[in-house]
Amino acid sequence: MSAEATDTRAPIDRRNASVAARHRAGAVFIVVGVLATGLGLVTLLALVASLVESGGRLLTPDFFTHFPSADPARAGILSAWVGSVFLIIATAAIAIPLGVAAGLYLEEYAPKNILTSIIEIAVNNLAAVPSIIFGLLALGLFVQGLNLGQTILVGAMTLSLLILPIVIVATREAVRSVPQDLRQGALALGATKWRATQDHVLPNAMPGVVTGVIIGLSRAIGETAPLIVIGGLSFVAFLPIATPGEQMVQFVGIVDQNGIAVDPTATAEVRVPAGATVVLPTDPAEHVYAQAETVTLPHGAMVEAPASLASAATTWLPSFWLKESFTAMPIQMFNWTSRPQQEFRDLAAAAGLVLLTITLLMNGLAIWLRYSLRRRLRW
Amino acid sequence: MTAKRDFTVKRVRWGERAIEGVLFLAAALAVAIVAGILYVLVSESASFFAQVSFHEFLTETRWTPTFADPHYGIAPLLTGTFMVTLVALSVAVPLGVIIAVFLSEFAGEQVREILKPILELLAGVPTVVYGYFALLFMTPLLQQLIPGLPGFNILSAGIVMGLMIIPYIASLSEDALRAVPRALRDGSYALGATKLETAFRVVMPAAVSGVIGAIILGMARAVGETMIVAIAAGSEVKMVFSPLEQGATVTAFIAQVAKGDLAYGTLPYQSIFAAGVALLLLTLLFNFFAVWLQRRLREAY
Repeated sequence: MSAEATDTRAPIDRRNASVAARHRAGAVFIVVGVLATGLGLVTLLALVASLVESGGRLLTPDFFTHFPSADPARAGILSAWVGSVFLIIATAAIAIPLGVAAGLYLEEYAPKNILTSIIEIAVNNLAAVPSIIFGLLALGLFVQGLNLGQTILVGAMTLSLLILPIVIVATREAVRSVPQDLRQGALALGATKWRATQDHVLPNAMPGVVTGVIIGLSRAIGETAPLIVIGGLSFVAFLPIATPGEQMVQFVGIVDQNGIAVDPTATAEVRVPAGATVVLPTDPAEHVYAQAETVTLPHGAMVEAPASLASAATTWLPSFWLKESFTAMPIQMFNWTSRPQQEFRDLAAAAGLVLLTITLLMNGLAIWLRYSLRRRLRW
Repeated sequence: MTAKRDFTVKRVRWGERAIEGVLFLAAALAVAIVAGILYVLVSESASFFAQVSFHEFLTETRWTPTFADPHYGIAPLLTGTFMVTLVALSVAVPLGVIIAVFLSEFAGEQVREILKPILELLAGVPTVVYGYFALLFMTPLLQQLIPGLPGFNILSAGIVMGLMIIPYIASLSEDALRAVPRALRDGSYALGATKLETAFRVVMPAAVSGVIGAIILGMARAVGETMIVAIAAGSEVKMVFSPLEQGATVTAFIAQVAKGDLAYGTLPYQSIFAAGVALLLLTLLFNFFAVWLQRRLREAY
């Protein structure tokens, strides 16, 4: 009998020992978990530290006001950040209305039928398509097919397609979270469907939509691969817009990327303004015109003249700058990173620091918006 | 006296119809984009395959479209992609899953509220910045550990890519783990299991479809990622057998060739579209695999 008692106690003792070990294993896992999660923070810190170490000292006002240059001491990101600003303005103008409209349609209007399922499958699959494929689409369709050239417009269209799924999904989620009562209240008071959507559903969904738009645009700012594929230039020493008095360079006739005439024998009649400098393609000498004149010049001739107020103003119209070739922050950074000289890699670090600051601020804003929203909104 | 209105007849509001039409067109654009991608890739690579046989594309072990003696075998690019993805996953899967389990089962509400935003921030870093990090931080670091490691190598690009996809895997896996009903955990505790045992033997098996889906999504990201590889893994296209070598992936090849001035309609130009087809097929394959797995493993609660 006493033997039986010890028999039952023994396993209990053994189990007690193992319970302690089992809980210890849990404690060990918590340490592992904290370390693993901390690794994310460490990565972010190492990233920022390595950028600051190489590029921090280069972040002077000059860096933002100088064009890229073969001389690293004078190189800056002027054309890159201006290009990125114009790209993002155009991308936002294309992607926000399209994405919000598509999201509203799928949540509020779409009937349950095959067509709707096809659209939903398309949206979901687009989100999984690698970004470089969008570059191939743009190269084949926009640059080659529609002959739009390697312009800001094409860059913005490409980035829009890329972030469209993000905006659509964010809009859908935000619209879905608007309670049914609001719609029914509006409809009961005689509002049409669109009235209810426009005046009640959309305003209430706005914070969620804005969060999605910010995340989408921050993705567009940092996206490099599709822009490289469509031919964003890596060395641009001009801006898509001009200010009055600034020297503006124009090529006569039809020229390629390098300013070489497609047809060297062709000529055109050009009005050359006073004070202009003309360089013919065949001879490096500069011809200065004291007075405005109409002259016949061969294609590929370069006319450099200070911009008048009117000609500078026209460059600020979207119809002008959308058709300009471009560079952008990530392309500039990629170009500098790919060079073997340490000076250029330092420039890349400085550009990366600017890029990282912008994207982290935008993402931080979106995350903060979402969290504060979750706390505030109680339907 | 107002005219009598017949309320049984539905009035057609043309303005409303027009708005609905516009919204529909915006949504249908998604289908048009998919069709556009397929059209461009198929038509350009059709011209490619008119000159290069499928047999050469699939069996040749050299890929040199821009050389004087061109060869068109996709295998080197695929081995490069495979190797980078392998390295990335061996970093991201264990870490991502551990973080997901930790955040979902162990961390308190407050800890989670602080840690999750940090992970989300990590997901917002531009890939070109990660590329810089791989080439000029990770590679020198690894060279101290592994003497003789070349300046461009798959290992460094893969590790940084792994760090990049951790947030995706962690966040999606955590969603799957948190969706497991409380009752399962309570039942496990009632039977005397510890928190860790409950997490890995009860919650994880119940959420396994979601976790695997998250991993495959991370895998698709790794396969489609361009900039890290284009910057840090080198540009030499060859069969890759070890992560310590340099090598090019499908995406890096497209970026590298497209960067230079390509004459349109030439075979090298068309070859980037053929590589694009291979890339798209690979990503779609993963997606279908994920859906299939999820359907197979799904348990309804």
